[in-house]
Amino acid sequence: MAIAGLPLSDRRLAGEVPATVARVTPAQWTEAARLVREAGGRLVALWGADRREAGDAFSVYAAYATPDGLSVLDLHVAHPDESYPDLSGLFACANRMQRAVRDLLGLVPDGATDPRPWLRHGAWRPTDYPLRGDFDPEAYRSNAVEAYPFVRVEGDGVHEIAVGPIHAGVIEPGHFRFSVVGEKVLRLEERLGYTHKGIDRRFGDFTVAEGYRLAGRCSGDSTVAYAWAYAQAAESLLAVVVPPRARWLRALMLEAERIANHLGDLGALGNDAAFAFALAQFSRLREDWLRLSNRVFGHRLMMDRVVPGGVAVDVAEEAREAIAAQAACIEREARDLRDIFDEHSGLQDRFITAGRVTPDLARALGLVGLAGRASGQALDLRVDFPVEPYTRLAVRKAVHPAGDVAARVRVRFDELFESLRLVREILAGLPAGEIRVDLPEPRPGAFGVGWVEGWRGEVFVAVEAGEGGRIRRAHAHDPSWQNWPLVEHAIMGNIVPDFPLINKSFNLSYSGPDC
Amino acid sequence: MIPILLKILRTGIVTEPAPQPREDWRVRGAQIGDEILRLLGRALVIREVDAGSCNGCELEVNALSNPYYNIEGLGIKLAASPRHADMLLVTGPVSKNMEEALRIAYEAMPHPKLVVALGDCARDGGIFGASYATCGGVSKVLPVDVAVPGCPPPPLAILEGILAAVAKRAP
Repeated sequence: MAIAGLPLSDRRLAGEVPATVARVTPAQWTEAARLVREAGGRLVALWGADRREAGDAFSVYAAYATPDGLSVLDLHVAHPDESYPDLSGLFACANRMQRAVRDLLGLVPDGATDPRPWLRHGAWRPTDYPLRGDFDPEAYRSNAVEAYPFVRVEGDGVHEIAVGPIHAGVIEPGHFRFSVVGEKVLRLEERLGYTHKGIDRRFGDFTVAEGYRLAGRCSGDSTVAYAWAYAQAAESLLAVVVPPRARWLRALMLEAERIANHLGDLGALGNDAAFAFALAQFSRLREDWLRLSNRVFGHRLMMDRVVPGGVAVDVAEEAREAIAAQAACIEREARDLRDIFDEHSGLQDRFITAGRVTPDLARALGLVGLAGRASGQALDLRVDFPVEPYTRLAVRKAVHPAGDVAARVRVRFDELFESLRLVREILAGLPAGEIRVDLPEPRPGAFGVGWVEGWRGEVFVAVEAGEGGRIRRAHAHDPSWQNWPLVEHAIMGNIVPDFPLINKSFNLSYSGPDC
Repeated sequence: MIPILLKILRTGIVTEPAPQPREDWRVRGAQIGDEILRLLGRALVIREVDAGSCNGCELEVNALSNPYYNIEGLGIKLAASPRHADMLLVTGPVSKNMEEALRIAYEAMPHPKLVVALGDCARDGGIFGASYATCGGVSKVLPVDVAVPGCPPPPLAILEGILAAVAKRAP
């Protein structure tokens, strides 16, 4: 796990995820980033913590994906006036994460070129830092929205279109500033953070055993992925081993979540290309699937079903048959619909070449997850770092190099059928036994991580325990942090009316990265 | 074209009957009654605003448009502009960063303005509570007619709540 070429005194973390954590110096921080970048690794998450209450300093953490697993680096910053080395030159996605760290903790990267706030829109003062232990939420109350300096594009006939935060449809809020000539988009700049709910600070109100409920509400469409990643982190810091049946049931729910989201997206993508038939059909299949989830797991979206120590519900024998029958039915219908999609020239005309992200650009800027695989980035934690039961299921990665809307549609279809296969295999191989184990009291300072391939991409969670079983610091990272900047690139040169279609083909989370 | 038509024929009509309004979720009642039905007739235009939800409620609001619930068939339309809306359907604990946008949307609506707070967060902040970043529920910002519980409320509960806000109030 150690970063090749850099000797670190790292510690292997307990738990499912192959991960180490190491304290580094500023020089090692920069050198590690360079070595990871050169070796083709990626920055998974960057966050900070005020650890003064524990008799320590501030920390900035970086989690890297290396060929051996996760490498978490912990850089101590003794005083908030000290800067830490900027990573955005090596990993472009670090830009917004570092701005979030500054907004929440007041730690400033040395040499970073973008001083604008990210999560702070004006609800707290630029000199207040919500994640510091001495932050007083009562000291300042405001719903002020400060002006945000967007990058201006100048030239003959260039004008701006401002969209949001409230969008036309029933979707999450965010602001898009388009600079256009006629119909053609020259530049898009995103302004997010509107759904910032203070989740990182809120984690401190929960115990390690309870925090899964909050984690499962970072992004509601990925509640299983988040809750599983959180559970992994909790089990890692508690050194708890989960019974086999619980692991298989977690995978069953994760694949069920992937199926539900892909069904929804395929319908919405057809609809955004004016093919309402697709929405009617796929939303019907999605509804059938959600009703089945409700019957089997007791919740349509499976919230609060993955818990630290195992799962909250078992699957009865008759439910297994119902799931298998429903999966077969959806597979049959979705194959009909795929044929209809493939043969529909009007639909393909909208999909093909729209919103293209080339594999080179995807690699350079670190596109991950479903959108990454549709741009030739063959990354899937279920294959690259499989945990049980994925170790036995031989998941086939769905990868396509075209990087356009058509490729993202195609990857969704491929993954839908693969997940339906996995559901049947999981049901067939489901081991008997317990579904949950009791949790011990966490040791203050114990640290753990979780890393799960959700339907959108990799969800990462880090948890540090405090006194009395409470959470001292927890951070949940959404893959949309990495992917949002690529939407800005995907739209360039396309026309404004194609933006909803292109945006939907990524279908990134607002709430997840707004945290 | 033929496969599409065949698929439509084989699928048939799957739309299910609509539920009754849930009177017990009503928060503000006195001024809503015959007047609204008289003003709105049978049609209702809704502007949905995500005021910091996790997106779970949005998934279930969108489900209302699927063929099983078919809300457009009931005369309910989700509109792009609050200027066309009879009702504001609000989700999330109202993040501070969305508070002003939510107020502007409300101000833009024509009278009478119905407000439905959808889900546990919109009711009272839910799991996010009231914090430096959240207002702790829609009623902290706007007058709320009906608050629908659930995390997220399933589609039928959403429909029951919407109907409760519109339907004639029993004296």
